Amino acid sequence: MYKIVRSEQLADRIYLMDVEAPRVARACQPGEFVIVKMDEAGERIPLTICDYDRDTGLVTIVFQIVGASTQKMASLKAGDSFRDFVGPLGRPSEFVHEDLEVLKNRRMLFVAGGVGTAPVYPQVKWLKAHGIEADVVMGAKTKDMLILEEKMKEAAGNLYITTDDGSYARKGMVTDVVKDLVEVQGKRYDVCVAIGPVIMMKFVSLLTKELGIPTVVSMNPIMVDGTGMCGACRLTVGGQVKFACVDGPEFDGHKVDFDEAMKRQQMYRTQEGRAMLRLKEGHTHHGGCGFCGDGQE
Amino acid sequence: MDVLKKVPVREQDPKVRAANFEEVCLGYNKEEAMEEASRCLNCKNAKCVKGCPVAIDIPAFVGKVKEGDIQGAAKVIARSSALPAVCGRVCPQESQCEGQCIRGIKGEPVSIGKLERFVADWSRENGFVPEKPEHANGKKVAVVGSGPAGLTCAGDLAKLGYAVTVFEALHEPGGVLLYGIPEFRLPKEGVVMPEIDNVRKLGVRIETNVIIGKSVTIDQLLEDEGFDAVFIGSGAGLPMFMGIPGENANGVFSANEYLTRSNLMKAFRDDYDTPIAAGKKVAVVGGGNVAMDAARTALRLGADVHIVYRRSEAELPARAEEVHHAKEEGIIFNLLTNPVEILVDDKGWVKGMRCIRMELGEPDASGRRRPVPVEGSEFVIDVDTVIMSLGTSPNPLISSTTKGLEVDRRKCIVAEEANGKTSKEGVYAGGDAVTGAATVILAMEAGRAGARGIDEYLTGSGQ
Repeated sequence: MYKIVRSEQLADRIYLMDVEAPRVARACQPGEFVIVKMDEAGERIPLTICDYDRDTGLVTIVFQIVGASTQKMASLKAGDSFRDFVGPLGRPSEFVHEDLEVLKNRRMLFVAGGVGTAPVYPQVKWLKAHGIEADVVMGAKTKDMLILEEKMKEAAGNLYITTDDGSYARKGMVTDVVKDLVEVQGKRYDVCVAIGPVIMMKFVSLLTKELGIPTVVSMNPIMVDGTGMCGACRLTVGGQVKFACVDGPEFDGHKVDFDEAMKRQQMYRTQEGRAMLRLKEGHTHHGGCGFCGDGQE
Repeated sequence: MDVLKKVPVREQDPKVRAANFEEVCLGYNKEEAMEEASRCLNCKNAKCVKGCPVAIDIPAFVGKVKEGDIQGAAKVIARSSALPAVCGRVCPQESQCEGQCIRGIKGEPVSIGKLERFVADWSRENGFVPEKPEHANGKKVAVVGSGPAGLTCAGDLAKLGYAVTVFEALHEPGGVLLYGIPEFRLPKEGVVMPEIDNVRKLGVRIETNVIIGKSVTIDQLLEDEGFDAVFIGSGAGLPMFMGIPGENANGVFSANEYLTRSNLMKAFRDDYDTPIAAGKKVAVVGGGNVAMDAARTALRLGADVHIVYRRSEAELPARAEEVHHAKEEGIIFNLLTNPVEILVDDKGWVKGMRCIRMELGEPDASGRRRPVPVEGSEFVIDVDTVIMSLGTSPNPLISSTTKGLEVDRRKCIVAEEANGKTSKEGVYAGGDAVTGAATVILAMEAGRAGARGIDEYLTGSGQ
């Protein structure tokens, strides 16, 4: 059992938890993720690592309610436990293995969308701890949906915030900010790391391709085991089939087939997809799409 | 009684079982087992033993069954196998012990597998547990993976007095016995779990949710965690796909995913959360045991199921018994047929599969006649779900994180067959991680060899 020592709601449908998982806390690196399972009957759910403390053995996870299982997970309090918590999974961000002297001269831009801010944070924090200040663009739908602002402010070089509806900071999409930074303010970046909804990563990648900035994205498709065994998380990168769990989750944003990834994810995210899922999954649907409550809708 | 024929084993009626996940084969009772055992000729130079990868003393245990001494029979088997209830069910006996049986020359061989299963089931039901070793030798061994290779290696080493910890990446131990082989062939709570508990009763510790190569590396186990040796039995690895158009459509699964959802995550049960898009019309591509398992699982979830295989029936790699059961249950076999494209609707879901007919040409490197496409013979199978069961390629998690561990051209770990020794000192390996996908019993044989190798290494007796 893996004890939850802190549980906090960050925004509407977004939660943060500190979990005792010493093996994961000792081994994890920016870019990697974990899989949790709430109880005997639960699903295996891949989640972002937002922070970790090697000494206390705590791993901080952040998740958004997207299905019946994450809905159930949101009700867990400090003192409760996960039955299973395994990781780290995936490959660390590439810069973790690079020569620090080379890294110090690299101008890095992070673009974080919504709950994607959580996996961006440990990367920016790691860089700061190694003497590198990165620029960060953070976007959310509204002010209430913005998370980790204070922490990010501490870790980032410059922090640029934008909301879709203009309820906080500036109004507009993250792509507007990136465009403004590069084209208007004349900033130069050697690499961009974009993490957020697939549609955001697609448009950031389209833009950075135009701007000539190499771009890394972090994919979060459906997974079962997370160790390469099932292939549920496959996607197409540069015409080749890759498994997000063992080949990723970070890939070259200019090579990922985002449209295919969205089609694979759509079944969980759209009305039609959900109806289709209920049909296909029959009595095993269990409300897994997260939009039909207890599955009885 | 006709001594030339096996005592028939009771099975669930095909029509009934096609709609449930209960075990297909019901096994012998004591009377039937004793009668079947009496067919054994008790050969002096028993060929069946040579046919058994772990060399169970078959005539001795069958002799005990004949006398009605089932506990005695269990003790004989326990000397060689830690997982008899599993092996009695999933070993390919027809090409191993039973394939060598002298009775089989004129009639049917002795039903050794069903007898082994009976003995193992009887011991479990009657509370017969293996004895815990009394002496500890103070040495620690780590075993990576809790499938058949790892469990066998762990059990053997524990019996020799080693303190053994098994590391399992998933949330439950058992490896392929749990996530791969379906309930109707190998019941989990009834058979697999008790068998794993028996390994625990020998003193073996099992730590789940630890991914060797990620959570901790082999080098850290040896240097930081105080293990004197490591056995790698991490299993087969990543599922292969065909590389044809449409393969990433919604509704295309690897057999591993389909089976993991159903077996490990228990998606077939209403009281578990994991879903499975069962499909109404399912094509399973491939002809091995895994393909049969996936097909029969889809059938039980309510689908019409086709097996699509590019060679002919004679070349099907699956066990004859599995093919027979699949046919009885109503699986349709499209042989000499190969998919060329998966047809996808505008929402990204499978709507059909374009195939081409094949014919057999000259023998290829495997000695089997090579399937060749028949030009102009393309046709479409109307399916909404496709399950790819084409084998696996090795998982890089361990080989890429372990210094000095040699892998071969196919990226399988290189290990000596006799003792599991790898290129790295103190590290042994066996099972699918070394050979590529094979069978439960061959993995057990490799686990046994690895235990022998580790014992020789740590006692200096092999020098």
